[in-house]
Amino acid sequence: MTDMDDEEPLLIAQGLTKWYGRQLGCRDVSLDLYEGEVMAVVGESGSGKTTLLQLLSAQLEATAGRVLYRMRDGVTRDLSILGEAERRFLARTDWGYVHQEPTLGLRMMVSAGANVGERLMAVGWRHYGKIRGAATNWLERVELDPARIDDTPQTYSGGMRQRLQIARNLVTHPRLVLMDEPTGGLDVSVQARLLDLLRGLVADLKLSAVIVTHDLAVARLLSDRIMVMKGGEVIETGLTDQVLDDPCKPYTQLLVASILPP
Amino acid sequence: MNTPAYNFAYLDEQTKRMIRRAILKAVAIPGYQVPFASREMPMPYGWGTGGVQVTAAILGPDDLLKVIDQGSDDTTNAVSIRKFFMKTAGARTTTSTRKATVIQTRHRIPEAPLGEHQILVFQVPIPEPLRFLEPRETETRRMHALAEYGLMHVKLYEDIARHGHIATTYAYPVKVDGRYVMDPSPTPKFDNPKMNDCAALQLFGAGREKRIYAIPPYTQVKSLDFDDHPFERYRADGTCALCGAADSFLDEVLTDDRGGRMFVCSDTDHCETRRSRRSGEPQQVSP
Repeated sequence: MTDMDDEEPLLIAQGLTKWYGRQLGCRDVSLDLYEGEVMAVVGESGSGKTTLLQLLSAQLEATAGRVLYRMRDGVTRDLSILGEAERRFLARTDWGYVHQEPTLGLRMMVSAGANVGERLMAVGWRHYGKIRGAATNWLERVELDPARIDDTPQTYSGGMRQRLQIARNLVTHPRLVLMDEPTGGLDVSVQARLLDLLRGLVADLKLSAVIVTHDLAVARLLSDRIMVMKGGEVIETGLTDQVLDDPCKPYTQLLVASILPP
Repeated sequence: MNTPAYNFAYLDEQTKRMIRRAILKAVAIPGYQVPFASREMPMPYGWGTGGVQVTAAILGPDDLLKVIDQGSDDTTNAVSIRKFFMKTAGARTTTSTRKATVIQTRHRIPEAPLGEHQILVFQVPIPEPLRFLEPRETETRRMHALAEYGLMHVKLYEDIARHGHIATTYAYPVKVDGRYVMDPSPTPKFDNPKMNDCAALQLFGAGREKRIYAIPPYTQVKSLDFDDHPFERYRADGTCALCGAADSFLDEVLTDDRGGRMFVCSDTDHCETRRSRRSGEPQQVSP
């Protein structure tokens, strides 16, 4: 095991603020994410969780603050000064982004195999057999039937689409995965299987992840650390178990208390 | 009072200059789609308004014009465009590929090799090769700018996954000069290799979509493919029933309603040249 204290963080956010005109998205959010670490961002609807995720993935430009990322060559760089080509290359090789709505993250008109293979082709794979082999392998890893590799995601159920989206993102072995409510809109048993799968993948691949969710159970199951947001600001942060077992802020206490006892 | 109500070759000189500027830019950046202010032409979109504007901008009084549609000189589209330039420019026309200096074409590249003195003008319906995979124009432009062409292979992958081979038979995407991916207009993929290292200047005009692009002479044009599924030319398995050509692109023609059919060359000039040469040979041999 490498000593975490000696290592630099993979992702650093400093004072991130986003105003949509006069409407606040989020204010003064800072975080450090280390390799292999999973951070959950929880909070009610409209608390700025998705805005934060889009700022971290450089899809939105911050009004103030900056995001730093340690590239594969070990140099930590400011994302805002990267060229667009570099940023897009990073986004489709070293990062994954899992949307809540799988139709946003998938190409619905092309087969599952092509969906998984797209990133590989984008980084220069030009051998059909190898691309298909990699796609088959990934479908198996996310527990999809490889026999359905030539079906379009339109014929897939909601849970299958979400697993396909995850496979599509992980095929280039990204180091950082950003997930926006990955289990939202799925029924409870499918959610449980998906969470199980995610937990396994995150551990196997030593992924760093930021998971936005309003479901504290998801946060408890997957994350090492947690950040509670309200009204665009971070109100509490710490180790997941600590925050959920012993919440300090009234809002966090309310959140924790609102979970129905099993 | 006998002066015509329009300029030489229909378009006014300012419009021609605008189109020529777009053409020059297109030639300077092979395969890049240059936007231009496409004009309303006295024919419907889909009839070759882009090609007609390009031709009008480059046509001079000394040019010899040939117009083909699906390889043929005598189909409606070819006849009406040829008449258009005869009327508006007094242009001299020909059906001979060898003699023509400007050839406007729809759906084919002539069989006879083209020379440095010739310009081939293509009519293009949809210039954007990525259109059916990525509907957003803002996004496709960005992808061209950053040379992100993985998506083009997704289409070819889909073909193989569904049909076992690359089933795209026309408008087969090519990479021009190692940089821009380009739609060669709906020509059969049989014609793709002819674009590579071609001595003639190739201009593409899309009237409705307002884009001009070009392949300068002697430019490398490569058809996209996979290592294990290389690009293959496609040609109907047969010979021309009229001239016996075994290497030209063939049209299949139904001859009756009882299953009768024949293959003939799609390039009518190529077919006629071969036939006249064949019927001419015995005369030369005879004493």
